[in-house]
Amino acid sequence: MKKSLLAPVGVVAVAALLLTGCTDNTKTSAAAASSSDGVITVSESETECKVGAAEAPSGQVTFRITNTGSKVNEFELLAADGLRILGELENIGPGVTRDLQMQVEPGDYQVACVPGMIGAGTRLPFKISDSGAKVEVSADRAQLQKDAVTGYTSYVKAQSAQLLTGTQEFVKAFKAGDEAKAKELYAKTRTHFERIEPVAESFGDLDPAMDLRLPDVESGTEWTGWHRAERDLWPDKGYKAMTEAERKKIGDKLMSDTQKLYDLVYSSDFKIDVNTIGNGAMGLMDEVAATKVTGEEEFYSRTDLYDFASNVDGARVAFETLEPLLKNSGDDELIAQLKEKFTAVQTLLAKYKDGEGYVSYDKLTKDQVKELADSVNALSEPLSKLTKAAVKVK
Amino acid sequence: MNQDPGDARPAQNAGSESVTPSPDASARPETEADAARSGHVPDDVADSRAGQGTSRRRLLGALGTGGAGLIVGAAATGVALAPRLESGAGAAPEPTQGSAPAGVVSMFGPHQAGIVTPAQDRMHMAAFDLIKPNLKDLESLLRDWSSAIGYMTQGLPIGGSQGAGGADLLSAPMDTGEAVGLTAANLTVTIGFGRSLFVDSKGKDRLGLGSKLPQALIELPHFAGDMLEKARSGGDIVVQACADDPQVAVHAVRNLSRIAFGRASVRWSQIGFGRTSATSRAQATPRNLFGFKDGTANLKAEDPELLEDHVWSTGLTGEQAWLNNGSFLVARRIRMFIETWDRQALGEQERSIGRTKSVGAPLSGGEEFTEPDFAKKAEGGLAIEKDSHVSLAHPQQNNGVQMLRRGYNYADGSDGLGRLDAGLFFIAYVKDPRTHYVPMQKRISARDIMQEYVRHTASGLFAVPPGLNGAGGYLGQSLLES
Repeated sequence: MKKSLLAPVGVVAVAALLLTGCTDNTKTSAAAASSSDGVITVSESETECKVGAAEAPSGQVTFRITNTGSKVNEFELLAADGLRILGELENIGPGVTRDLQMQVEPGDYQVACVPGMIGAGTRLPFKISDSGAKVEVSADRAQLQKDAVTGYTSYVKAQSAQLLTGTQEFVKAFKAGDEAKAKELYAKTRTHFERIEPVAESFGDLDPAMDLRLPDVESGTEWTGWHRAERDLWPDKGYKAMTEAERKKIGDKLMSDTQKLYDLVYSSDFKIDVNTIGNGAMGLMDEVAATKVTGEEEFYSRTDLYDFASNVDGARVAFETLEPLLKNSGDDELIAQLKEKFTAVQTLLAKYKDGEGYVSYDKLTKDQVKELADSVNALSEPLSKLTKAAVKVK
Repeated sequence: MNQDPGDARPAQNAGSESVTPSPDASARPETEADAARSGHVPDDVADSRAGQGTSRRRLLGALGTGGAGLIVGAAATGVALAPRLESGAGAAPEPTQGSAPAGVVSMFGPHQAGIVTPAQDRMHMAAFDLIKPNLKDLESLLRDWSSAIGYMTQGLPIGGSQGAGGADLLSAPMDTGEAVGLTAANLTVTIGFGRSLFVDSKGKDRLGLGSKLPQALIELPHFAGDMLEKARSGGDIVVQACADDPQVAVHAVRNLSRIAFGRASVRWSQIGFGRTSATSRAQATPRNLFGFKDGTANLKAEDPELLEDHVWSTGLTGEQAWLNNGSFLVARRIRMFIETWDRQALGEQERSIGRTKSVGAPLSGGEEFTEPDFAKKAEGGLAIEKDSHVSLAHPQQNNGVQMLRRGYNYADGSDGLGRLDAGLFFIAYVKDPRTHYVPMQKRISARDIMQEYVRHTASGLFAVPPGLNGAGGYLGQSLLES
């Protein structure tokens, strides 16, 4: 197992202190980049993201964030993969300074300023060096469960925020008839959806409206969403292209559904639990096994491997979010097994990388598909034990 | 692209709220430890490491002595196995100590079950390839399989009475459950090893077992007319599950596949819906899809000396000795062009086979079990034509070598041209394929009149290790620990 491929163990502490450890204040900060007490100053606005240091010693880390812009802003500390959010401050108003304080283990991370709280924001690499300081891990299982929920909620929000900005761009190109641009954005943007698909599915009609494939559409009902656009961009023989008005209708509907998803996820009613996280991981891998590895998902664009990778990303984030709970209950064997199997799937997928994305599904041989399917089975077996291990009292 | 949305409508995936967990290979050792810690181990399979109940190994050992042993085993643990056994016994006519309940074939003995066992009505055979070829995976897989086979052949869910689901709602059950409420249906599970387990296509050692490659585990030659599909042929390990209930046979392969996830994956699998051979004189000779009795001259369980001479591996020494008391399994998927066959005049059909269609008597006269007289003349030539199937396949014409045939009729739906994709899944157990199969098949493929109506589409040859003698063992142990 390559350690570099795995998320740092630091998650534990970080997530644990995410809420409890943050101190909120409205003082204006000192100008010093990284003062002697280890405070790292950050100033962010719509256009800039200035982080006073690119590195900090492990242990207690404090970011002091000042919003110098005129719009609400957000600051995040992310795992090196840029997916999992280890700590964040949302809703930092203009002119306001707040502290994000947490325990972080040595490793590579990212920090992000997310103006307007949409999109991926500006991201910078951040390193935590080994100070020798012992990072505290909460032994309180209820607290760990709460932290996992907080961490995963942040992740879901971040992905839907990126989906929102991505979709804006895609819909713009699609409506304008800029086929090349729309095709380029299609799979890339869907990545954010596929990573959190079980969440979209939990909102009833939203998933069918956004992600239904042609064979799933019941006669007499309207086909909308991503795959409707997909067929228009990669038409099959005999397909009649959409008119500009039709493209507008489909594009606008996709946009409004995406906005709805974003609003639901950001609403205070959005509640998940440890069960949802664990079962979500299973759900994502079940998706892979059912329609991604078989090449049914992206029937026209053949971008199935993007979705495959995104589902695996999502499942891995869910697992890593629950990892402190597994550690707490002594399920080290399951942790080791899952890490090994996730790495195996991702290493295999990496073979089919093509630039930023993946090769077309129809480039895969039967044997290669079988190999992928085997690796999914090998992962899904131990993954089916994740929920039970995470929800147990101890 | 002929994709019509109206046609193929894949089932909707379960959403996050109702996730269907995918199978869970709970039979793996680490899982037992896991379960033991969380206190959910069914008593009858409690791992000895957990310090409670009977270990799976000990359970297997107890099962080893047949029905009586079973009772003892259950008494020793004094737990959940007992009630289940009672219900099992209730289904049997008059279970007595010392004999297995009706419908249960012991997996123990010098030879593996499922060879001379009276041929059951149904079969599901699967070949597996190791994912990352290594001895550790192979051994753990064979151990886990042996344990699961121990449960299933007793008509029990894998993991014991709670194996298919108890009070634990958060885990996927160990056993998939579709055989609950069914009897063991004489289930036998027989395993064998393909040449590819030992060496790769260039003859290079794959797992460190190269020196133990049996000399007789050859690459079968190309026989005239062979149109073999690679994806349906060969494999590192074969599993033959036979039972009188198709659900029981399919359940066995399904669960063994699930246990194998991550270690081995199914290369091909084949269902046979009806036996085409009798392996005991107590059984009537069944018919194949040509409508003819098949396997009249088959070796039978009642001929121990003949089995010794023609089926069991004996006298092997040194690195080959692990296979003593084992055998070789030849599998051939023989597609029959039955539509063409069905149009042939009865005379032509009988001429091809060399026997009458009605009773299966040789065309030289007599009844089904009358020895054919290959010298007998009839109008215009021999009564039994030289190139008829019986003439080419009969032991008399093959230096006296015999096979134990255990084939099944198969039908895999239709082929899109309105023809049934059906035929014979030929299975034979032989002492040495070089002497007991290849010469005969060469002759048949080159000359048999019947060849016009068949096509071999898949092939496999496997070395079948000896049986499991008792406590603490696992199938294939002699290969790994010799």
